[in-house]
Amino acid sequence: MKFKSLLLAASMVAVTGVSPALADLVFPSLSYRTGPFAPNGIPFADGYADYLTLLNERDGGIGGVKIANPECETGYNTEKGVECYESTKGIGSGALIYQPLSTGITYQLIPKVTADGIPLHSMAYGRTSAMNGKVFEWVFNYPANYWDGATIAVQHAKDMSGGDLNGKTIALLYHNSAYGKEPIRTLEEKAKMEGFNLTLIPVDSPGQEQKSQWLQIRRERPDFVLFWGWGVMNAVAVQEAANIRFPMDHFIGIWWSGAEQDVLPAGDGANGYKSLNFTYVGKDKPVFADIEKYVVGAGKAAGDGSNVGTVQYNRGMYAAMLATEAARKAQELSGKADITAADMRNGMEALVVDDARLEALGMPNFGPTVEVSCANHGGTGAALVQQWDASAKAWKAVTDFMPADRELVTKLAMEDSEAFAKENNITPRECN
Amino acid sequence: MLYREAGDFKTTYASDQQTFPIKSERALFWLFMAAAFLIVPFLINDYWNKAVLMPLLIYCMAALGLNILVGYCGQVSLGTGGFMAVGAYAAYKLMTAFPWMDQFSVTILAGFVTAGVGILFGLPSLRIKGFYLAVATLAAQFFLVWMFNKFAWFYNYSASGQITAPERTIFGYAVTGPSSLPWATYLFGLTLLFVFGWIARNLTRGRLGRSWMAIRDMDIAAEIIGVSPLKAKLSAFAVSSFYIGMAGAMFFANYLGAAEVGEAFGIDKSFLVLFMVIIGGLGSILGSFLGAAFLVLLPVLLKNLMVDQLGWVTDLAAHVQIMLVGGLIVFFLIVEPHGLAQLWRLTKEKLRLWPFPY
Repeated sequence: MKFKSLLLAASMVAVTGVSPALADLVFPSLSYRTGPFAPNGIPFADGYADYLTLLNERDGGIGGVKIANPECETGYNTEKGVECYESTKGIGSGALIYQPLSTGITYQLIPKVTADGIPLHSMAYGRTSAMNGKVFEWVFNYPANYWDGATIAVQHAKDMSGGDLNGKTIALLYHNSAYGKEPIRTLEEKAKMEGFNLTLIPVDSPGQEQKSQWLQIRRERPDFVLFWGWGVMNAVAVQEAANIRFPMDHFIGIWWSGAEQDVLPAGDGANGYKSLNFTYVGKDKPVFADIEKYVVGAGKAAGDGSNVGTVQYNRGMYAAMLATEAARKAQELSGKADITAADMRNGMEALVVDDARLEALGMPNFGPTVEVSCANHGGTGAALVQQWDASAKAWKAVTDFMPADRELVTKLAMEDSEAFAKENNITPRECN
Repeated sequence: MLYREAGDFKTTYASDQQTFPIKSERALFWLFMAAAFLIVPFLINDYWNKAVLMPLLIYCMAALGLNILVGYCGQVSLGTGGFMAVGAYAAYKLMTAFPWMDQFSVTILAGFVTAGVGILFGLPSLRIKGFYLAVATLAAQFFLVWMFNKFAWFYNYSASGQITAPERTIFGYAVTGPSSLPWATYLFGLTLLFVFGWIARNLTRGRLGRSWMAIRDMDIAAEIIGVSPLKAKLSAFAVSSFYIGMAGAMFFANYLGAAEVGEAFGIDKSFLVLFMVIIGGLGSILGSFLGAAFLVLLPVLLKNLMVDQLGWVTDLAAHVQIMLVGGLIVFFLIVEPHGLAQLWRLTKEKLRLWPFPY
């Protein structure tokens, strides 16, 4: 017992000795730079941190207030996610927004942020029905969600098959977790509407071993494989698909399964692999010159700078941009520079990031137009399809931004969120 | 020094056989308990509750359960994660099916459900031993996780397969759900751990515990002197699973609040709890607590030290922490192969003979 009390005392000293960061706008980053999901987690966290550093260095923060970006390593693990959330929510004047980049941690945090009053932005991941802002007051998932993604991928498959999916087979290869299971509901509805057969093929986390799943795909020969993977699982799946010579242009990943590090290990075999995307790839925008000048060149980059312009890095930047734009809006609405988490939420609900605003930020056509309202926390839900060119080692967009089947998505999201509201005794707010 | 034994006479068998025979140690124990029950609840906030104390209490409970099976009865089990999942899903089903039920009943009933499942998976132990039994329990781990993923009834047909704990109260204070009070949750866990730690301690030195130890030390000899292997082994599986099930229920309901079986109750949980038992000391109640404390507190302590105090980048700190914890495990096992409990036992011997230890 004594040893335990000693340890307790020692850890008590360690924790209470922490000095809070004195910056004003706190954007904690629950990142993961270790573990099987690090290949995707690192560039995203770098992009997120670098964009905030850029604003600090170039503009002196947002509205003259500096941004603090305390980082906490979650390892994509929900237990550590809880620890990180509890340890960062009180830093300085309080955390303004959480973007955990993990559907599991998002599910974990939804009740907590609602009780604590801190906005949670699960950008194109997390709980789809959080798009219903009447029920999920503190949770946002703009610009798109998994159900949007599922309908867009099906639409693309339909376009490829000449406008008819009747009698076709679509397999969903997914991470066997809340993340991977998310699109099933919508795909089942879609299967009924379009008349295709849906095969579900789960892969247990972390997904380094997918031999039996691809054996099944080889045996059943589905016309399309939709793919909900993350971390090392992505690279393994692309490699396995190449091994069984699956036609790569019929293999369509969600936006989280389409980064450079997912396809590069498979070499030429990955040529033609498709994924959805909603952010710009490359570094041919004015903002990257500033990143180079103020962040990477000045030695202030979160990583070694080699990730700049890659899919996940840019998406991290995009997430940071949406957060800082919301903070700007919040400052405008509340009329003060030191905003609170509640102001931040109001800012997010009034957020409009259109082409003109992106242009002004030096990021023209970086992502879709985002418009959030009290009732709609899910944005517009558009995404494009990109294809990997192995010889050029580059992603190429093969479609324009395609709209999701929002009619279906909204209908299902309303059902799901109303069930959630009933379960948790939430009275939906009245708003538009 | 710490111990002054002069004048501490034992005049009855009962006083000679008590758990803490030394007077000053008894005082120390009650002092510690008084602090844990009466002072800590006033000091803790959300962070202390969620990041330090709740995981500590829960893993203490799980390690206690596994120690009964592995340490006292000698049956190696790698199914801890799966049994914790049974406890968690049982708690979830009970909480959603009987909203009026208080959380103590839910947790204890979840323990009983897990005990039943534990007996079922303990049956092979009657025929197979050692590593073969470890493989059989490993099968339980994978089977249970698969089952909770496969059959939607277990997670009430939610679209994501996640289970989320609704709010439940004890005497009107919320102990589960997002607005649970840190002190209430902590006291809830501490009370359960205290009561069941007490029971475990007395079980292990009673008839049942002796039959477990007889089986552990030599099962054939034990059978010859009249210990029934069937009863001893299955009761060990039942009691062990009961504790692990309660730990799983608390892990889900009071600590995480939402869980998904593959992520929260995977094979790494089984190993983690087994490591706790081995590092703490096989066949020791105190060892279960020490092992759990070592593996729960040390990473948090190191993280706070490296990231918050020294300002290291998070990935470096995470890697160093993994290496340090691993290194320390090896170090402690080399210094004392019988675990931290034995280390404490030896220290105590020396302290009792202070200032002339030998």
